[in-house]
Amino acid sequence: MVHVTRKIEFSAAHRYHNPAFSAEENRRIFGKCNNPNGHGHNYVLEVTVGGEADPLTGMVLDLKELKEILEREIMDRMDHRFLNYEVPELADQIPTCENIASLIWKLLAPKIKKGRLTRVRLWESPDLYVDCYGDGTP
Amino acid sequence: MRLELTRRYALAASHRLHSPHFDEAENERIYGKCNNPYGHGHNYIVEVTVTGKVDPSTGMIAHLDDLDGYVAREIIEPFDHMYLNKDVEAFRDRVPTTENVCVEIFARLRRFPGAKLVRIRLEETGRNSFEYAGQRDGDEDD
Ligand SMILES: [Zn+2]
Repeated sequence: MVHVTRKIEFSAAHRYHNPAFSAEENRRIFGKCNNPNGHGHNYVLEVTVGGEADPLTGMVLDLKELKEILEREIMDRMDHRFLNYEVPELADQIPTCENIASLIWKLLAPKIKKGRLTRVRLWESPDLYVDCYGDGTP
Repeated sequence: MRLELTRRYALAASHRLHSPHFDEAENERIYGKCNNPYGHGHNYIVEVTVTGKVDPSTGMIAHLDDLDGYVAREIIEPFDHMYLNKDVEAFRDRVPTTENVCVEIFARLRRFPGAKLVRIRLEETGRNSFEYAGQRDGDEDD
């Protein structure tokens, strides 16, 4: 199997706040990330697709197609958005790197027809990233 | 969903590669410049990867403050700006190659109570890195 990785970047705002907790608990648990007005990151997303190279094209999948899927499913949805308010799937979740990576997996996995999504790596900052492997093993 | 969270930490330390199992000439032949008696240093990057269930109330596998605090206590405080050969007990009789440092860091973090440690990746420089994910399940590492 060959793995192909494509990287994109998007900028988005978020806020960590759980309405089930008191204001004080929210501040204690989420710290600065609880700021009511939100804050943002330049996210870097690496999407890896695994498969066998097609004997005719020599490619696992058409990268142009992957680029379009990422544009439609991720950039249009998340780039320059406030994730809590503008991404309905995250409305009742804390938009942590873990939850965003899981959502990205769920959005992309069914759209990739050639090859198979094997890993979603989402960098929130240069010192923090989350890998999602769906139900597979790393 | 299988999720792994990785955090990167910076750490500056010096070491000298020298083994009591070899004589002077052999040490110099094996370790080259790294055998310099006065030691030398690196800006290490420690990547710590953990896994676990996401707590729905926080959206997190592990609270970053807990992980940062644990790594600070177990790794950064004892290793940062230290001469590993002398200042870290574990390396008084073990050559502090980056392989051995990587395994030592794994052993020190594997009991992190907030999530399950998956692996340590240690960058010695931008060009060399080492990974250790422990022995097979059930084996003791230390
Ligand atoms: Zn944030």
